[in-house]
Amino acid sequence: MTALAPPERPTVVPAGLAKPSGRRSVTNLAATVLVTLAFVIAVVPLVWILWTVLSKGLTLLFDQQWWLNSQRGITSRREGGGAYHAILGTLLQAAVTALISVPIGVLTAIYLVEYGRGRLARAVSFMVDILTGIPSIVAALFIYALWVTTFGLDRVGVSVSFALVLLMVPVVVRSTEEMLKLVPNELREASYALGVPKWRTISSIVLPTAFSGIVTGVLLGLARVMGETAPLLILGPYSKSINTDLFHGFMAALPTMINQDRTEALQPAVERVWAAALTLVLLVMALNILGRVVAHFSSVRK
Amino acid sequence: MSTITGASVVDTVDQGGPPAGGGSTGRLGDRLMAGAAKGAGILVIGLVVLVGAFLLSRAAPALAANQANFVTTRVFSVDGGTLRFGIVDLLWVTVLSSVIAMALAVPVAIGVALFITQYAPRRLATPAAYLIDLLAAVPSIVYGLWGAKVLLQPYREHVQDPLAHALGWIPLFRSTSVSAGTILLVSIVLAIMILPIITALSREVFAQTPVAHKEGALALGATRWEMIRTAVLPFGRPGVISASMLGLGRALGETIAVTIILSTLPGGAPWSFSVFNGGETFASRIANNAAEFDTPAKTGAFIAAGLVLFLLTFAVNAVARIVIERRKAFTE
Repeated sequence: MTALAPPERPTVVPAGLAKPSGRRSVTNLAATVLVTLAFVIAVVPLVWILWTVLSKGLTLLFDQQWWLNSQRGITSRREGGGAYHAILGTLLQAAVTALISVPIGVLTAIYLVEYGRGRLARAVSFMVDILTGIPSIVAALFIYALWVTTFGLDRVGVSVSFALVLLMVPVVVRSTEEMLKLVPNELREASYALGVPKWRTISSIVLPTAFSGIVTGVLLGLARVMGETAPLLILGPYSKSINTDLFHGFMAALPTMINQDRTEALQPAVERVWAAALTLVLLVMALNILGRVVAHFSSVRK
Repeated sequence: MSTITGASVVDTVDQGGPPAGGGSTGRLGDRLMAGAAKGAGILVIGLVVLVGAFLLSRAAPALAANQANFVTTRVFSVDGGTLRFGIVDLLWVTVLSSVIAMALAVPVAIGVALFITQYAPRRLATPAAYLIDLLAAVPSIVYGLWGAKVLLQPYREHVQDPLAHALGWIPLFRSTSVSAGTILLVSIVLAIMILPIITALSREVFAQTPVAHKEGALALGATRWEMIRTAVLPFGRPGVISASMLGLGRALGETIAVTIILSTLPGGAPWSFSVFNGGETFASRIANNAAEFDTPAKTGAFIAAGLVLFLLTFAVNAVARIVIERRKAFTE
């Protein structure tokens, strides 16, 4: 019976292993409190902003007119009308942006991961970083200088997309690059060992393995460019009517719809501003969450 | 992974990718794929070079026609036939608002990153990180609306008025006659906007702290905070600096939120060091006058301002990159 008795615990703790002194415990506690507080401070504006947009903009969103009508013929004084023209414009411009950015971005990432070594690769990687940091207004000015000042063309939907391409490409490159690096080398080597040429290895082994990760990157990139306003201010004048032609005429977008009436004091216009803001937030967040859901089903992960 | 911000401080560290050059057979398909990939890479370099070159070429005529010194003049007047424009006021407001934003955001971002990587239980850490990332998903125009219409009133009552009252003898906090959005309010909103960027990148480097360092510190009897101070923070410092620079770059170039919030000043307003003043940043100046781009000369003046902004952000981003490259040299 005595064998089962627990061994006697040492009653004296060596001085060095004692609990931290009072001052150290207090510092530790203070740090814990501060760090937790920092997190709370960061969450407050998020909740506040979302609450603001929801409380001020939600009512109009329940009206089906909002999703089906444009603002044609609607003045600030009048209620009614919808955001169909702006939603359509935002989606069209984003689609064209993605159409151009995705091939460039994915190919650049393939170059960086699968081919590039040495000086050129380092230069490309550096330039992608610089492109990441280019302010959207500078990208817009560049396209303006090229499209309007040099070629003498009109400001149309597609010129906005070109400016957005500059902003979306680096996001696609970085996320694709990260995903391609996660594809195990054994897969590539197994493929080479079977005599499969490199381009077939990349297109039928590496890319499919990283596919969902790339989709995530594209969705997050789209979420970023859809919320951009600066390029629209310079390249995409607002229009109250529906325009589906990216090459002719002014085209509305959600950010410019908000910008148009943001100084308005008349209640119907103010309501529409917040409703448009909520629509934009919902659209961007939906893309974000969709991107993360896709990432969840990824076949390669860290 | 910080795809949300489009930038990463970690993936610049080479993780030993696949062997380059291996597997290529020299067949048509291989040459096409290699060519297309390389072409895309070169296109990216070309784009950045083109941006700089084009802005320069469009700004040059306006700069030549400028009647005032571009670097030392405060006025920015392009009306009438003559061009008189300089960048002093724009540079001051741009740099001041962004630096304050960075100073406000960095401590909070470090705290949040530590909370997520070192304090929060694993089950809580992932949703917490998502929540902070959602801040990056709010479009900047919504930040602008919120700042100008919702935050303005509480900010004036609880921040600006008390500060001006208590510290008004310092030129930086002297009260002004500006009644709407001031530089400090812009800084606060910018701080919230860059918070997710700095947090995401800091989180990444903190999470990479070698477990041996952390456990070593704990085994020596360090408290959690002492472990963080001696192991996590020194390891993450280059990453945090780099992340702060990227955040600064974002703040420098932010357009619509600043345009909406910041009150513009009438021409010839007296110089003030105060953060309670109005003004315009490079980006908001360009945005406020986007409707005036009718003659090449006028447009050129604004493109010149854009060029300075481009160089500014280029420098800041290059510094961020260099800091992290040096870390790479240390860890390998």
